[in-house]
Amino acid sequence: MRKERKFDVKALIAAIAVFALLQGLMAAEIIGPFWELNLVLICINIILASSLNMINGFTGQFSIGHAGFLAVGAYMGAVITVKLGYSFPLAIVAGTIAAGILGFLIGLPTLRLDGDYLAIATLGLGEIIRICILNIEYVGGASGLMGIPRMTNFTIAFWLMIAVIFFIKNFKNSAHGRACLAIRENEIAADTMGIDTTKYKVMAFTLGASFAGTAGVLFSHYFFIAHPASFTFMRSFDILTMVVLGGLGSLTGSITGAILLTFISAALADFPEWRMIIYSLAMIILMLYRPQGLFGNKELSEKVFNSLKGGKSNG
Amino acid sequence: MKFWKKASSIALAAAVIASLTAGCGGGGDKKAADAGKKEIVVGVNAELTGNVANYGKSMLSGFELAVEEANKAGGIDGKQIKVVTADNKSEPSESGNAATKLVTQNKVVAVIGPATSGCVAAEEPVLTSSKIPLIAPCATAPGITLQKDGKTKPFVFRACFIDPYQGDIMAQFAAKDLKVKKVAILHDSSSDYSKGLAEVFTKVFTATGGQVTTDEAFLSKDVDFKASLTKIKGTNPEAIYVPGYYEEVSKIIKQAREIGLTCPMLGSDGWDSPKLVEVAGKEACNKGYFTNAYTAEDKDPAVQKYVKAYQAKFNKVPDVFSMQGYNAGLILFNAIKTAKTTDGTKLAEAIAKTKDLQVANGKLTYDEKHNPITTALIIELKDGKMTLNKKIGG
Repeated sequence: MRKERKFDVKALIAAIAVFALLQGLMAAEIIGPFWELNLVLICINIILASSLNMINGFTGQFSIGHAGFLAVGAYMGAVITVKLGYSFPLAIVAGTIAAGILGFLIGLPTLRLDGDYLAIATLGLGEIIRICILNIEYVGGASGLMGIPRMTNFTIAFWLMIAVIFFIKNFKNSAHGRACLAIRENEIAADTMGIDTTKYKVMAFTLGASFAGTAGVLFSHYFFIAHPASFTFMRSFDILTMVVLGGLGSLTGSITGAILLTFISAALADFPEWRMIIYSLAMIILMLYRPQGLFGNKELSEKVFNSLKGGKSNG
Repeated sequence: MKFWKKASSIALAAAVIASLTAGCGGGGDKKAADAGKKEIVVGVNAELTGNVANYGKSMLSGFELAVEEANKAGGIDGKQIKVVTADNKSEPSESGNAATKLVTQNKVVAVIGPATSGCVAAEEPVLTSSKIPLIAPCATAPGITLQKDGKTKPFVFRACFIDPYQGDIMAQFAAKDLKVKKVAILHDSSSDYSKGLAEVFTKVFTATGGQVTTDEAFLSKDVDFKASLTKIKGTNPEAIYVPGYYEEVSKIIKQAREIGLTCPMLGSDGWDSPKLVEVAGKEACNKGYFTNAYTAEDKDPAVQKYVKAYQAKFNKVPDVFSMQGYNAGLILFNAIKTAKTTDGTKLAEAIAKTKDLQVANGKLTYDEKHNPITTALIIELKDGKMTLNKKIGG
């Protein structure tokens, strides 16, 4: 236990250092508004990727409807602040809980499916959520919910991201997390060992969904609008790509995947015609060299750093 | 050993990415530095990829033509116009991202686009806070130029007519020109555009003494409409109003004719695509009328001049989005000329004062809500050809 606490403290110090550095660069206007925006987007994407990794990576379930929960969080948060006039922190809580409840309700029946069937069910559910929103006049229907104030800033996004990462890390190292890993490795064996597989699958799914909701609230309060077109299955695939790229089951992998893909997309913004080609090419090269993702299911830990001699930590 | 093998392949992959992105990042900075005083930098935020990429690309092509013509004519007060494009992937949040890039990295004086209303709504707060005017060539949702309290947003303009206007015109056309009394409506309940048109049509048509027999709904991407059409047939309408996009409308027309509905079909500018006739068939499309801002068949000399210039550059017949992109260019350049400055606030004022400007499809004047008062056309489908039936305004 002590060793782990020590690691936590180190990681926290590293996070503060990274935050101070980025904040300093922003204050000195070396990082302009465009990159600031993309840093916030990176934070949001890290929350999304690592929460999806809980479901897909740790528990070994194949969910591709994450954009649906993102949408629920985005809209719920926007309703709280815009329509009901409550504060932003409440919106974050409400968005998280709403997405979590929905994840629970959806997870209960669908997680009895596995493999391809679960993938199809979650894909369908993501779309159902979007179509429902599309037809709710109260939240703007097809034209989206406009006039959302920009409440998310880099500080909030960054520290929420750190909190989510710590939560997921601790979850993975807890008894519940071990149960999830056991389910991933062999569901029947886990069942035989007395693990309530449905319970843990639903638990992981609910938690993953609620963090996607958190990301959703940040998302809609940064981009001024919650629009159904932002939550199509393409978004789900984007998140899935980050997870798979980083390595299914690796939390640090998800973080790296999210940073990398968001960064590529932003860096290539000057070459709109080439963006998708280079993006796809980078993906193919990576998958050729590392079919299991950048980190496989290993974590990027101190040990790796020590053996690589130096390098900087990313919380 | 195994570890080092792994580590080296990670390093290789990382190097590939790093070199790609580093090279590209550098390019962006250079571009911003190049933007000297001799040029006017205009941004285009367009849907270049994603599911409505064809709209964005058309719009951009029309705008490029306007820029080319202006530059050939010596630019504006001797300054050449430079276009910087940004892709929003047909997605609102990316649109905000692209707009931020255009404003802060490229220092544009104005932004043209995006094509769709959702993307415009997402980009607007970014531009308004930096006091940069935006002209949305083909964003038709009424709300985008208005604030919550109903006041006009000072920096937002459009270069097309708004949705309700089309419904209004078609309702009057049905009542006065086609002289029908009973119309059935079939609208797309997943699209605000379609819902809005159906609403306005109902209001105006019933005000002229007509009767809406039934209002049926479908969802976009539906393929079978026979249930709704059979129900509509039972109400014996003299015409059917189908505001929507050509993908569904083409199938609706085809299936309506198959079950024996021979009455005129009325529609909106979403019909404007060669695919409509291709899918529905030439025969079935007869007695089809829809509202539009423009047609290449228009014999008006201004329109023909534009069509020829566009064909010479891009070797294809321009569609309505490209025409609106072209118009947006003319509006902007005219405003820069009259304002004699590229200061955002003054430029926006100049755009708002645009009056009787000769654009590709007629004359254009802005009303107080930043909507252009411009030409509307009724297009009739005859043996697979889109012919001009009536011209309103402009």
